[in-house]
Amino acid sequence: MTRIDNDLGGAGSAVTVRGLVKHYGATKALDGVDLDVREGTVMGVLGPNGAGKTTLVRILSTLLAPTSGHATVAGYDVVRQPRQLRRVIGLTGQYASVDEKLPGWENLYLIGRLLDLPRKEARARADELLERFSLTDAARRPAATYSGGMRRRLDLAASMIGRPAVLYLDEPTTGLDPRTRNEVWNEVKRLVGEGVTVLLTTQYMEEAEQLAGELTVVDRGKVIASGGIEELKARVGGRTLRIRPADPGQLRPLADALDGLGITGLAGTTVDAERGAVLVPVLSDEQLTAVVGAVTARDITLSSLTTELPSLDEVFLSLTGHRASAPQDAVPTENREEVAV
Amino acid sequence: MSATTLDAGPRADARITLRGHLRHTGALIRRNLLWIRQDPESMFDAVLFPIVFTLLFVYVFGGSIGQSLGGGQEAYVQYIVPGLMAMMGMNMAQGVGTGFNQDFNTGVMDRFRSLPIGRGSVLFAKISVEMVRMLIATAILLVVGVLVGFDITNWPGLFAAVGLSAVFGSALMWIFLTLGVVMKNAQSVQAMGFLVLMPLQFGSSIFAPTQSMPGWLEAFTAYNPLSALADAARGLMVGGPVAQDLWMTLAWSVGLTAVMAPVAIHKFRTKS
Repeated sequence: MTRIDNDLGGAGSAVTVRGLVKHYGATKALDGVDLDVREGTVMGVLGPNGAGKTTLVRILSTLLAPTSGHATVAGYDVVRQPRQLRRVIGLTGQYASVDEKLPGWENLYLIGRLLDLPRKEARARADELLERFSLTDAARRPAATYSGGMRRRLDLAASMIGRPAVLYLDEPTTGLDPRTRNEVWNEVKRLVGEGVTVLLTTQYMEEAEQLAGELTVVDRGKVIASGGIEELKARVGGRTLRIRPADPGQLRPLADALDGLGITGLAGTTVDAERGAVLVPVLSDEQLTAVVGAVTARDITLSSLTTELPSLDEVFLSLTGHRASAPQDAVPTENREEVAV
Repeated sequence: MSATTLDAGPRADARITLRGHLRHTGALIRRNLLWIRQDPESMFDAVLFPIVFTLLFVYVFGGSIGQSLGGGQEAYVQYIVPGLMAMMGMNMAQGVGTGFNQDFNTGVMDRFRSLPIGRGSVLFAKISVEMVRMLIATAILLVVGVLVGFDITNWPGLFAAVGLSAVFGSALMWIFLTLGVVMKNAQSVQAMGFLVLMPLQFGSSIFAPTQSMPGWLEAFTAYNPLSALADAARGLMVGGPVAQDLWMTLAWSVGLTAVMAPVAIHKFRTKS
């Protein structure tokens, strides 16, 4: 991959990360990460649990000091200019960071005051953002009574109070049902449409495709691939065919037959026994057609045939030759380290 | 914190002004007060503690300890009410750590710490609200005390004693805030507070005169700041020697605050 190797804070770069390292004792949560997010774009950081995504976001929001390396956000150094930096970022964490005991409106007003807005303006901004995130009806209710999707929307609204130049979304839809996930995606797309630079971490290829223009794939604290999302999708094998034979007994024979043909994409055929399907990554329409032809030739009755984006596992298989690593190096929250900021 | 040492562009100086600190602390005080409104049960301890303890001590121990004071239950009322006032600050302080710890286990603290605010603001706001709770508890204690026979003879002394207890209580709060930041969960903060506080409270002159205690324990109580606070409050409210205990209490308060406030703020600032 080619990267623009201009020095820190190059023109047009909202977030610049160089050689970022974070160790927790023997655990390397980040092991030399480089990253550039251009202004006004959405950078997706894709990786499994424990890959270091949250550590990266925490360092970039000054909640954690790096062991070594450099990072700047909007030109401010994360270590040397934390106060200035905090003024230009918005953070929406993995766990909705709103005060559940406070009503939605009070949550936003509080953040407004903490961001030095005059009372009147803080009030107006709270009203405006509640309206915009469709929470006006729930404005006076404690956030504890909100649904999961409402809470994330409130969290997003809270992040937007200070009109941040850079917004961090740390796994914004983890744990949400598909409908709510769509709801959050739509809000994020709207924000992006207004020119906010976004750093998005996610475990889902689908989420990255929905929201991000560029993608950085991380594993065990290292960047293993980066580039435009289309380019990476092509490298990964584009699509996955999910084939469900009507007779589950046909699963294994079908998979073996397809393997034998040697027309699958990079990751190889896998069997999803739980849901009774064979997954075949395909690189092109020709391959797709060939697979369908092979199935037909064997006279296997199908109950469904769908194409979907490659899973995280397939992304990893194709990029690294191994599956996404188990979260063995997840940063234990109990073992938090002392760091001066 | 070296933000001002860098390039002196127009946006480079991000020092937070005194007004800024006050604004942030005020906004956070509002938050903590809203909590009480949202969850009135959180005031139970402040309301019930003085009632339960006053009645318990006066009616259970009052008669027998009162005798050793050369009177009866009435004599003990005069003894225990200032003592309980000393204890009040401590019990409130303990609650601070627990509540603060719970805050950390939600994402709210992360959001606060990613905002451009002085990080002491969060702690100052918490302490301010706890002081209000402490004063409410003290008022209730005095009302219940008067109902069971406490004589208020010296109003200025009474106010001085309330002030002294508040000052000492706020000094203790810094210890518990530190524990709240450092320890993993609310239960351990509570357990830790209990383990430290029980011996300190009972090994003092809060509940009973110390003359009848064994020599080693009496020596301990003599150096226990809680004895000094209880004795100073007693002296101020009902009469007797005050000066030495008063200075001792103030010295402890200043000393604890001078050491623990920076520690608490530092731990809060650097908690990852």
